Amino acid sequence: MTIDIKQQSDSTIRLVVQDEMTIYNVLEHKNTLFSSLKADQELQLDLSEVSEIDSAGMQLLIMLKKQATIINTQLSIVDHSQAVIEVLELFNLVPFFGDPVIISSDWNAS
Amino acid sequence: MSDLDVALETFKQEAKELLDEMEDALLALEDTPDDSETVNSLFRAMHTIKGSSGLFGFNDVVAFTHEAETVLDQVRNGEKSIDDTLISVLLDCKDHTSKLLEHCITSPEEALPEDMQAIGTELVFKLTGKDETLPAVNSVVETTTMETVGETTDLDDKWIISLAFKPDALRMGVDPLSFLRYLKTIGDIDTVLVLTDELPDDDVYDPESCYLHLKIAYKSNADKQTIEDVFEFASDDCDINILPPHSKIEDYLSILDELESEADRLGDILINIGVLTKSDVSKAVQQQSEEGDTSKPIGEILVEKQVVQPEVVNKALNKQKQVKQKAAKEANYIRVDSEKLGQLINLVGELVISGAAMDLMVERHGLADVEEVATTMNTLVSDIRDTALDLRMVPIGETFTRFKRVVRDVSKELGKDIELKITGGETELDKTIVEKINDPLTHLIRNSLDHGVETPLEREQAGKTDKGCIQLNAFHQSGHIVIQIIDNGAGLDSEKIVAKAITNGLIPEDHNLTQQEIFNLIFEAGLSTKKQASDLSGRGVGMDVVRRNIEGLRGSVNIDSAAGEGTTITIQLPLTLAIIDGFMVEAINERYIIPLTMVEECVEMNSGEWEVDETAHYVNLRGVAMPYLRLGECFSSNENSKEREVSRESLVVVRSGQNKAGFVVDQLHGEHQTVIKPLGKVFENLSGLTGATVLGDGNVALILDVQGLINKAVHGSRLK
Repeated sequence: MTIDIKQQSDSTIRLVVQDEMTIYNVLEHKNTLFSSLKADQELQLDLSEVSEIDSAGMQLLIMLKKQATIINTQLSIVDHSQAVIEVLELFNLVPFFGDPVIISSDWNAS
Repeated sequence: MSDLDVALETFKQEAKELLDEMEDALLALEDTPDDSETVNSLFRAMHTIKGSSGLFGFNDVVAFTHEAETVLDQVRNGEKSIDDTLISVLLDCKDHTSKLLEHCITSPEEALPEDMQAIGTELVFKLTGKDETLPAVNSVVETTTMETVGETTDLDDKWIISLAFKPDALRMGVDPLSFLRYLKTIGDIDTVLVLTDELPDDDVYDPESCYLHLKIAYKSNADKQTIEDVFEFASDDCDINILPPHSKIEDYLSILDELESEADRLGDILINIGVLTKSDVSKAVQQQSEEGDTSKPIGEILVEKQVVQPEVVNKALNKQKQVKQKAAKEANYIRVDSEKLGQLINLVGELVISGAAMDLMVERHGLADVEEVATTMNTLVSDIRDTALDLRMVPIGETFTRFKRVVRDVSKELGKDIELKITGGETELDKTIVEKINDPLTHLIRNSLDHGVETPLEREQAGKTDKGCIQLNAFHQSGHIVIQIIDNGAGLDSEKIVAKAITNGLIPEDHNLTQQEIFNLIFEAGLSTKKQASDLSGRGVGMDVVRRNIEGLRGSVNIDSAAGEGTTITIQLPLTLAIIDGFMVEAINERYIIPLTMVEECVEMNSGEWEVDETAHYVNLRGVAMPYLRLGECFSSNENSKEREVSRESLVVVRSGQNKAGFVVDQLHGEHQTVIKPLGKVFENLSGLTGATVLGDGNVALILDVQGLINKAVHGSRLK
């Protein structure tokens, strides 16, 4: 399983994506992520383990965010890997997700 | 993904070709370091490899080629000169680029091995003098800035790039991210706006399709083509729209003012000034034809599509109007295969011959009414002849201009300061002659450069203040073209020439030659006044070959010089080699053609009015003595000419250059349009003849080499 589901409570569900998020596996991710998106349950995404993300992966996140808005539920990304931050910034999408982004002190050394 | 593999394979091949081209170009540059076209091709090679590598995310290649590209750009703009050292460094760069590419393609996951990094750093240092590794990669990170969507950005001096990806883009291996990354290497991304309006509802959403549209505010000094080239790879999977910044409008408008363009279509004008790229225009044209609404001007479509600002279009439309007005005044040209033209000339030649045959028939049968028709036709034929010959006429200017390079290179090599002046470049002559005169001219100019014009030091000592100068001049004179090569050098040393000529046995010691004749001796074989043969002249093809070549064109060459002031070489050439106006004469039942332009006058030989010296073959014509020649005796083995002395002989006075002579003939036939046919190989070495022509009755008349016969007459009379 590339996405670990960590049920935290009835009102929140936390998913840890363990894999890259690219065109190669985006379909698989989509099925898992969308099935976890339920009304009245906050979805927390931990992306700290995402080693690589491309446009398809980012599009999936955008889609997920939009869908969450439609069904009026909360989607938050709680942790970002370096790869995710770079792409978020390239696309200028940090404000779109509105999640706090932590910039580690040695982030540009990687 | 196989699509990506295919793209990669294409890239690999393309890169290999580009690198091969680059090597060829570099080697070519060793010979011709100033060839801007070659420098351009070098720049393009590096630029294209950099661009494509960026799309594949080969950052090592991008960083390295970026440095090479920058240096080549400087060379291209003349900020840096190219020399052997730079060429060898660039050759190493080419090899390194090829290794980098191989590494990136075969093992993209692995970092660059240290030895390759070291080589790269060293080469970059040699190229630029900067000791910096992979600066492009560093700058990617440093220039990352955060912008919020709500923040309004001043878009005045930024490019607006709109990218509408097609659903298949991701599947085709096109990643919007790679564009953003690459854009950063050639400019600054100010703001990115991701438009997600296209994202469908959950049930139709296909995560492998691309629904993203990007709008990018982008700051860069690059021109539109460069920016569009970034997306070249993806143009099939993405609608690209690039709107130039407002601040650029001023630039475009000023370029429009200066534009001296042949382009008469609005799109071409806009491409020329760099506001649009070819694909912008072709898309708009396509839209125009798809809508089937040709009444909608292309400019309007372009503005609607937001690829260009209305101000620029309006200005360009004005320009278009101007260009159109100008074009109406200018002549139009059609390119024609020169062989076809040659065929036409041949046919016209045949027409002239059969016209003459018809004349003969008409005369023989005495048909008055036919004669009238024939006369009209003859006029037309000679008009056609002139027009057809005129088609082959080209200005000599282009040939002259080529010598600028020769003069520049040679004078640099010799350490002389010589300038080439060209006058009369618009003078026209037959294309075949232009081609054939090139070699002799080159030789003569090199001669002037080497022996004629002195070094700056020598000039100073001789008290000459002005710069060394060679003038090429051309003009028309009585049916001939005259080409002059005039230098303001030291002039010829006639004493030296005479001494040399006597040593070589060319002339006897009691020679009695005029100054003019002495100078012309330098065209004799085996006479070089320069003590040492140099690289440029004084060996190999000599002046005698120059003269032979020019005489082969039925021309003549003369030299005049004033010691210390310079030398003038004058070449006289016929305007055409194909058809001439001839003057037909007859001697002992044989007909001869003398080029009409060389005939001065015709007088009766034995009228008793002039003194004729039968033994020395001289005639004193109104106080001017000139040698004469009996054409009959000259060409015929028939010795019984004495028996026919009853016939009234005529004297045709001919002139070539400064020399005059008389030809004694039996009968004058008058003007004749002469189609020149070359003589066969067997007769090639006959002196006194340059060709033959077919007459209307099918007989052959020989065309006389007047210059050669005059020389023969002069020498013949002198020897007696």
